[in-house]
Amino acid sequence: MSAAVAPSNSQRRWTGLLARWETLLVVAVIGLIALGASLSPFFLTPGNFSNLIAALMEVAIMALPMTLIIVAGEIDLSVESMAGLASAILGFLWAAGVPLWIGIPVVLVVGALGGLMNGLLVARGGLPSLVVTLGTMALFRGLALIVLGPRGVSNFPSAFTELGFGHVPGTLIPWPFVIFVLLALLLGILLHRTWVGRQVYAIGKNAGTARFSGVRVARVRVGLFVLSGLIAALAGVILTSRLSSARADAGSGMTLTVVTVVLLGGVNIFGGSGTIPGVVLAVFAVAIMQNALRLASVTVEVQSIALGLLLILSVVIPTFAHQAKSAVDRVRGGRPPPADSVPHGEAALS
Amino acid sequence: MAESGVTATVGAGRTRGQWLSTVARQRELSLVAIMLVLGGLVSITAPQFLTLSNLSQVAVLASITAVAAVGEALVVITKNIDLSVEAMIGLVAYCVAIVLERHALDAPAAIAFGIGIGLVLGMINGVIVTLLKVPAIVATLGTLSIFRGVDYLVAGSHQVPLAGLPPGFTDPARDSVLGIPIFVLVALVVVVIGSIVLRSTRFGRQVYAVGSNPEAAAILGIPSRLVVFAAFSLCGLLSGVAGVLWVMEFGTINGTSATGVVLSVVAAVVVGGVAIFGGSGTLAGAALGALFLGFIANALILVGLSQFWLQAIYGVVILVAVSADAIILRRIQRATAERRAR
Repeated sequence: MSAAVAPSNSQRRWTGLLARWETLLVVAVIGLIALGASLSPFFLTPGNFSNLIAALMEVAIMALPMTLIIVAGEIDLSVESMAGLASAILGFLWAAGVPLWIGIPVVLVVGALGGLMNGLLVARGGLPSLVVTLGTMALFRGLALIVLGPRGVSNFPSAFTELGFGHVPGTLIPWPFVIFVLLALLLGILLHRTWVGRQVYAIGKNAGTARFSGVRVARVRVGLFVLSGLIAALAGVILTSRLSSARADAGSGMTLTVVTVVLLGGVNIFGGSGTIPGVVLAVFAVAIMQNALRLASVTVEVQSIALGLLLILSVVIPTFAHQAKSAVDRVRGGRPPPADSVPHGEAALS
Repeated sequence: MAESGVTATVGAGRTRGQWLSTVARQRELSLVAIMLVLGGLVSITAPQFLTLSNLSQVAVLASITAVAAVGEALVVITKNIDLSVEAMIGLVAYCVAIVLERHALDAPAAIAFGIGIGLVLGMINGVIVTLLKVPAIVATLGTLSIFRGVDYLVAGSHQVPLAGLPPGFTDPARDSVLGIPIFVLVALVVVVIGSIVLRSTRFGRQVYAVGSNPEAAAILGIPSRLVVFAAFSLCGLLSGVAGVLWVMEFGTINGTSATGVVLSVVAAVVVGGVAIFGGSGTLAGAALGALFLGFIANALILVGLSQFWLQAIYGVVILVAVSADAIILRRIQRATAERRAR
């Protein structure tokens, strides 16, 4: 992708780097750290950083497959309900005496099956993913409520709650963060270094062209939704472990944060561009922002205003930066960029 | 993709395509038929289902969803979606309740105030989608979060109790005129006015044109962005009306009121035959869809199934309705293509 913006001289390389979306995110993260440090002396402690990262890990893990899905031009709104369904089934099985080494694989299979359902309806049924996953968002949450009802299951063994709550021995690194890093590496390599990733970009840029070029569009789409369901279920398991409690309403409202993280990470909502490193940076930005707001004693509920604004701005800013750039190019007499190259992610602001 | 366009090319006296398009266009009739069958089945186990008092209770509750669904349908017909309706309803409901509790406004002024807030919120959505060019799904997912956050910010942990409202304010939820509950009348008025506007005014036809084929609409000189902006604004206004009705119905209002309503609103629109691909559907269908969902919710209680089934059923209803739409649309297109080839 970066080859497309190969600068002709060192000066342009500099401005290109400065204007990259990822660079802006790094600046934003540094700014947020400075803000947090000025708000509270506890902000810059390792313990606080460990906590603020741990608090966002379920969202971060779900954001990784969501990145691939949005790059492919689709969306999956059902992830929060799948996390809730996973939590509910895990709690139900545990309460019924099924050991966790059976319960967790069962839950992951359920996640993959739920994703398969989304994928088949979208790819084979030709239905818009927005409505399909809105439907399954209600369906999965409903199933979670049917399975577990309003009760919570909380007598999990400490070995299990350690997974979500504990740290790598001798450090303050939370275990879910290790899972996140591994998944980010795995999906980053898949998206940026394999033919599967090239196909995902091709589908997102133009599904018709991709199909005529021999890409098995439907198969890739189904695969992405299965991956999303599977990882959403994994996030549900981690959430259950971190809260030491299985509940049917686990993960409510998380989809918004997941989509915000992905779009803030520079992924184009229309598909076709975006990077895993960008999304990883956005995870840190959002985690630090939420922590800083909490230190400024802004309640979680009111924080949703900031999150919603962030979501909208992460689409508005690149669009207008692109327009401004086109205008500048026209004034300079340069060739305008093609109209369909909506910018985002990699070379958005160069 | 407009059904009206398809049937126009099909012409009279043709076979499969026309039959299917008739079924597609008679979604309202199929819904009524399903409700009748369902009603019969439920009343076997629960005889109180088909009593007048129960049915009017169902209709009153469904009216709130119906009013919001009419607004949502307007937006969906333009090929957009508004996920923020529940936050608009909740915010309006709290604002109306709190000004009444503080005696800042009298009842009629508070109602106008609430509807006005809804309109402003809808205009904000419209500006973000048309002027800032954010796709509707992202824009309204964002404003869903923002409006709900503002609701929490304004409300805090405060809850307006029923006793905080002026005496008689919640009466319209229980009163009726000429035997018809007032809420149902409100929903009917909204549907009738909306349908006339959509069917017989320039704006109404433009709404269908924009949703049916945005490029063609632009070539025809239709101000697409203005039309979409108007649709979002009206959706906000109707959410405002639904918010006022919400206060009258439930009386006790806090910052979390109307959470989760968006699913039933979207389900009502989709099951009511408004195509999610834009460009077709009727407001009466959306309102009937709301009644259908209310019917199911009530039947569940009477049959003794837990309320927890409701959410799953909404999901299934959405999936089945969208799949049915897609299948019918594909059949019509195939039949039309075959006829053209002949």
